[in-house]
Amino acid sequence: MPKRTDLNSVLVIGSGPIVIGQAAEFDYSGTQAIRVLKEEGVRVVLVNSNPATIMTDPELADATYVEPITPEVVAKIIEKERPDAVLPTLGGQTALNTAIALDKDGVLEKFGVELIGANIDAIELGENREKFKGVVERSGGESARSAIVHTMDEALQAVKELGYPVVVRPSFTMGGLGSGMAYDEADLHRICGAGLQYSPTSEVLLEESILGWKEYELEMMRDRNDNVVVVCSIENVDPVGVHTGDSITVAPAMTLTDREYQRLRDIAINVIREVGVDTGGCNIQFAVNPEDGRVVVIEMNPRVSRSSALASKATGFAIAKIATKLALGYTMDEIPNDITRKTPASFEPVLDYVVVKVPRFAFEKFPAADPTLTTTMKSVGEAMAIGRNFTEALQKALRSLEQKGTELSFDQEADPHALLAAARTATTERLAQTQQALYAGATLEQAFEATAIDPWFLDQFMLINEIADEVRTAGQLTAQLLHRAKRHGFSDAQIGQLRHMDPAVVRGVRHALGVRPVYKTVDTCAAEFEAFTPYRYSSYDLETEVESHESKSVIILGSGPNRIGQGIEFDYSCVHATMALREGGYETVMVNCNPETVSTDYDISDRLYFEPLTLEDVLEVIAAEEASGGVLGVFVQLGGQTPLKLAQELADAGVPILGTSPEAIDLAEHRGEFARVLDNAGLIAPKNGTAVSFEDAKRVADAIGYPVLVRPSYVLGGRGMEIVYTEEALASYVEHATEITPDQPMLVDRFLEDAIEIDVDALYDGSELYLGGIMEHIEEAGIHSGDSACVLPPVTLGPDVLDRVRTATEQIAAGVGVRGLINIQFALASDVLYVIEANPRASRTVPFVSKATGVQLAKAAALIGVGRTLADLRAAGVLPSRYDGGTLPIGAPVAVKEAVLPFTRFRTAEGRVVDSLLGPEMRSTGEVMGIDKHFDTAFAKSQSAAGGPLPTSGRVFVSVANRDKRTLVGQAKRLVDLGFQVVSTGGTAEVLRRNGIPAEVVAKIADAGHEDGAGTVLEQLHAGTVDLVLNTPSGGDARTDGYEIRAAATSLGVPVITTTAEFGACLQAIEAQRQFEWSVTSLQEHESRLQTALDDQAGERAAAEARA
Amino acid sequence: MSPTTDPALLVLEDGTVHRGRAYGARGATLGEAVFTTGMTGYQETLTDPSYAGQIVVQTAPHIGNTGVNAQDRESRAIWVAGYVVRDAARRPSNWRSERSLDEELETQGIVGIQDVDTRAITRTLRTEGSMKAGVFSGEQAERPVAELLEQVRSQPSMKGQSLAETVSAAEAYVVSPAEHGWAGEPVARIAALDLGMKAATPRHLAARGVEVHVLPATADFAAIQAVDPDGVFLSNGPGDPATADRQVQTLREVLDAGLPFFGICFGNQIFGRALGFGTYKLPFGHRGPNQPVMVKETGRVEITSQNHGFAVDAPRGEAVEAPESRYGRVEVSHWSLNDDVVEGLRLLDRPAFSVQFHPEATAGPRDSLGLFDRFVALLTEHRDSRSARTAEGA
Repeated sequence: MPKRTDLNSVLVIGSGPIVIGQAAEFDYSGTQAIRVLKEEGVRVVLVNSNPATIMTDPELADATYVEPITPEVVAKIIEKERPDAVLPTLGGQTALNTAIALDKDGVLEKFGVELIGANIDAIELGENREKFKGVVERSGGESARSAIVHTMDEALQAVKELGYPVVVRPSFTMGGLGSGMAYDEADLHRICGAGLQYSPTSEVLLEESILGWKEYELEMMRDRNDNVVVVCSIENVDPVGVHTGDSITVAPAMTLTDREYQRLRDIAINVIREVGVDTGGCNIQFAVNPEDGRVVVIEMNPRVSRSSALASKATGFAIAKIATKLALGYTMDEIPNDITRKTPASFEPVLDYVVVKVPRFAFEKFPAADPTLTTTMKSVGEAMAIGRNFTEALQKALRSLEQKGTELSFDQEADPHALLAAARTATTERLAQTQQALYAGATLEQAFEATAIDPWFLDQFMLINEIADEVRTAGQLTAQLLHRAKRHGFSDAQIGQLRHMDPAVVRGVRHALGVRPVYKTVDTCAAEFEAFTPYRYSSYDLETEVESHESKSVIILGSGPNRIGQGIEFDYSCVHATMALREGGYETVMVNCNPETVSTDYDISDRLYFEPLTLEDVLEVIAAEEASGGVLGVFVQLGGQTPLKLAQELADAGVPILGTSPEAIDLAEHRGEFARVLDNAGLIAPKNGTAVSFEDAKRVADAIGYPVLVRPSYVLGGRGMEIVYTEEALASYVEHATEITPDQPMLVDRFLEDAIEIDVDALYDGSELYLGGIMEHIEEAGIHSGDSACVLPPVTLGPDVLDRVRTATEQIAAGVGVRGLINIQFALASDVLYVIEANPRASRTVPFVSKATGVQLAKAAALIGVGRTLADLRAAGVLPSRYDGGTLPIGAPVAVKEAVLPFTRFRTAEGRVVDSLLGPEMRSTGEVMGIDKHFDTAFAKSQSAAGGPLPTSGRVFVSVANRDKRTLVGQAKRLVDLGFQVVSTGGTAEVLRRNGIPAEVVAKIADAGHEDGAGTVLEQLHAGTVDLVLNTPSGGDARTDGYEIRAAATSLGVPVITTTAEFGACLQAIEAQRQFEWSVTSLQEHESRLQTALDDQAGERAAAEARA
Repeated sequence: MSPTTDPALLVLEDGTVHRGRAYGARGATLGEAVFTTGMTGYQETLTDPSYAGQIVVQTAPHIGNTGVNAQDRESRAIWVAGYVVRDAARRPSNWRSERSLDEELETQGIVGIQDVDTRAITRTLRTEGSMKAGVFSGEQAERPVAELLEQVRSQPSMKGQSLAETVSAAEAYVVSPAEHGWAGEPVARIAALDLGMKAATPRHLAARGVEVHVLPATADFAAIQAVDPDGVFLSNGPGDPATADRQVQTLREVLDAGLPFFGICFGNQIFGRALGFGTYKLPFGHRGPNQPVMVKETGRVEITSQNHGFAVDAPRGEAVEAPESRYGRVEVSHWSLNDDVVEGLRLLDRPAFSVQFHPEATAGPRDSLGLFDRFVALLTEHRDSRSARTAEGA
């Protein structure tokens, strides 16, 4: 069936900010979708509030709306753009829920818009648990026994039938939010109670426990001719009980006979037909009882999911791309397989390798959070590795995580019983605990009893352990032994650890013995047909498939698994670099191990190496590229700290580094040398020093005065960064800091209170500066820049400040020796401009600045890296010739970036949400952008996109620290003028009343039951009578009322503001929301407004000159 | 459980030598090297008689993970001439597993090799075509390579080989519907010529109420008539269809008698020949569970399990008159979407059809099980009209 001809314009809904459970994979799928639609000649309208995505690049869609993804806003876009259809299946649960709402509201019908790639009935069948149970039954499958409940009483009743433990799953939430396992009644009250709140339909499913069963997923595709294929089977190493996003997973399934696999396939196909998935992708999860093979269908997602991205990368079958074509009316047999070119997409990929995905967690950011893995997803990213067998893939995946201790280690002295006892609970450590217990003498049977991990996998861990012993005990490292160890994924570092040798020495021996990896191809078909896409992975095997290339390659090192502090923003820069370089005629090579990203799409670069980003793996890729045609150089400045920390070692190995040199990178990180750069430029930094011990640190702190900001060097995302007010706190910090060594000392800075923080991204080519953008932070200094809202162009900084920022930026860029991007953070305190830090690399804010100003900074940086000048780039149209990010005219759009935080995901061991206070350590997972004519509406949009709209009426609870009380008076007055009721506790209420501001007094938590009236603030929050909370912390009060209030508000979804600075912005936004009709504007329209503003500015100048 | 260090060699006709470790029995074996892409179902593959005479290379690296059990075998023995895998399981894990594959191979005397670059071998076979090969392990692996290569090259080619009669059941037997869950009276009775038939085929028919009289490959038309069947089935099997003159002749007699006919794989090739079409050898064949086939009648794609090195040379498109014109019009009912190879034939004027792929699956997807229903429908239709005629005649 050929393409439909009646679809001229399609609205694509993105997934919004990166949150746990909905991450970069939807940028990957959405970007593919938009490209396909464009190729097919369809006008594309896009809505996505996330500026860090490739899909929101203005050159991709025809009209790009960086606006909140809410039904109201999307309805406005539909009204304005009048698309023929909406494609909602590539933007995760956010897009799907929005589409359902638009359908329910009658918006789609009103504007004659068709849903493509989905139908509402199918979505509801797939997601409504009770209906889905019927589907499964009619499909010849079985579901776990279960009950739907809407109240706690119903839940208690149901459990009498089902027994404990019981699984709790709220309906219509993403990433398993709010679900968990209840082992007793207390658990049930806690988990089910929260679940009833999370579910938009107050509906929770209780289910018999299938804990410990084998867990599988099938990724499926269906077209409108009812052709159905299985793209990939995935097996979880972790048995049922851990969310699949948090599980170590393997493709293809390893422990199924054909009979069992075909049974899963038959059920899956019947389900997809019974549900009536229109066209496109969906995934189905199964549990299989290891005792007798009983199969239970867990759930299905009638859309492209995180697993689809993984399956696409694992097989080479581009699910999102093909799903989009299917939505346009093609059938699978009409779509060619990109990789083989000759065969159609209507087939099932076969793998001649093994893929392992491992999750990456961020519990170190939330020390209070319970690290037990449950059916609620908690990981923030993932790494994937490909090997020719399971052991190779597993060990490559583990080292791809780049976290200390994730590579398997071998300690004979460990206590196997203690390890297995610990491994009974699923945590991030379970794999290592199990493997080490086996190494230390536990039997496979004991390990199986403790973990229920399939014996086949346990035996593979034992195989790894046996090889470790061979390596440890061998007389010397022979080629044969090295090859055997490598064949099972051992790194040079692991071998070095076993032999007490430096990894570099192991590498030397290995190279001398000629033990080198080969590179195989991911081709969808196990070599049955020739592959035309160089999508490679390393393996220690016989034959390499690297072909010779004519021009020297430019290698871009990606950013590895997403984590807090290093996310999609860095992938964005890598992707832009490869795009710009390919356009510039260079042959580009991408190295990365993150399956969620656009950078690991096999057609983004000329060649893709899906490899860990360790020195060893990267050097081998470079060697392979060198041997097959030469390497022009390597970019390490685009993917964040991951590649940056390899810079010096790569240079030492003789690898040419493009762009800013390793020496310059080091200079910026090195306190002393950087201080000289500042001195030469007449710039100042807050007083500071470095320390390797408490005594050191105390001396520095005494000299510069408290409070001090302390942190390890070479970190991203403010890892381990704290503001310390006292000597005791300093001692405690040093005691707990693990990452401080004489090589990497801790940094101690004077903390500037009440300073305005300014962030700058700029390009420098050796002689000239292009100021990309100046961002003014909304929160004062002290909140990590990644967690702080900021505005571009600055809205309260005078021209003289901007001039000083520009001059300082240029001096630092020149002094450091930057060739490409530099990010500098300044603080303005008492009108003195301090330099906080400079990073000569692509920063987290590059995509935001690029979207806000319409200039592609990362593309420019890549071209500077290969020798172009700013003048060249202006001439080529890559950079604007009339302005830069520091000279935006009045009339240019104002863009606000707001962070999105994952507090609701993390619970303490007692089941409470973790504190939502912001600090110098970054904890946000993603960001949104609000862009509009003026700050107030732009800020309102950013808030709406980040967490829901601010209230425009109702009751506001305020409680602030003493230092904020002055500011509060004016703000509270304005609240009252706007018609809000102000509610407060003792001290704050008293201040307000003395200032003539009516404030209702509520009881503190400790006073519960002591006063008459409406109850404590907590009770009011729970009763839903508080619409907004302002609570600023007074030093170290995390255990007091403040925490209770913030935690309650966070878990109830009431907006919580923790600084008066941000509250001021909120007031502006609230006022604007009440005054103005919400208007939607595409980036393309903003761009033309900017050009008009520039014309006006030029006209005014010309007129002024004429007058003069 | 420590792995064997016995050396093994895979020697290909083009002189390529892959060194690995022994797997299964020690010794020497010769055959045609072919690759199969199935990721599950190695036991079904090994026991599929169509693989007789072939050294099978598994592209999936991990083999043996679920061990071996009594239910999943497709015939009484392992038929492959040799077995080539990358990572053989050290320990099987499955609740149905009875023993390890390694043991099973050894018991049945199948010489295999592990720890070789199966992808490199597959790429060779894809570009150079299926070729003569040998696996040598244990003491055999210590012989000079030149000698081994000489031995490999001197074996006969698969082209021109007649193997069906060697793998066929020696004696006739009956698969009854009652054994496979059919409660009522049988709906029909067929004669099935075992040219190397997989166990799943009569099972699927019996489960639909058909009483299957399995006959040896050498059975002639008289032997078929002796069963008084409502229809005839020709199974899959190994070897070159060009050698199956005896079965082609028998099938013509079946068709001439107007009996309903269904053929699978080798049966499809014999059907093609009976209609007067030629057959030819494919460069490297179709072997895997993921082969897309276009079904002419529905315009839909079925994902099929395939295992064939030969194919029928018939024109795709509109139905044509069969070269043996007495059979009327014939159409290519199914074709491969990968390379347009004929995957099914159907007579328009007689109740006869066949497919090149394996609707009985095992190993592989079960998209095409409906073909068995179609055959049953032809059988009952034929029987009803026959009894009607008989009634008229009476």
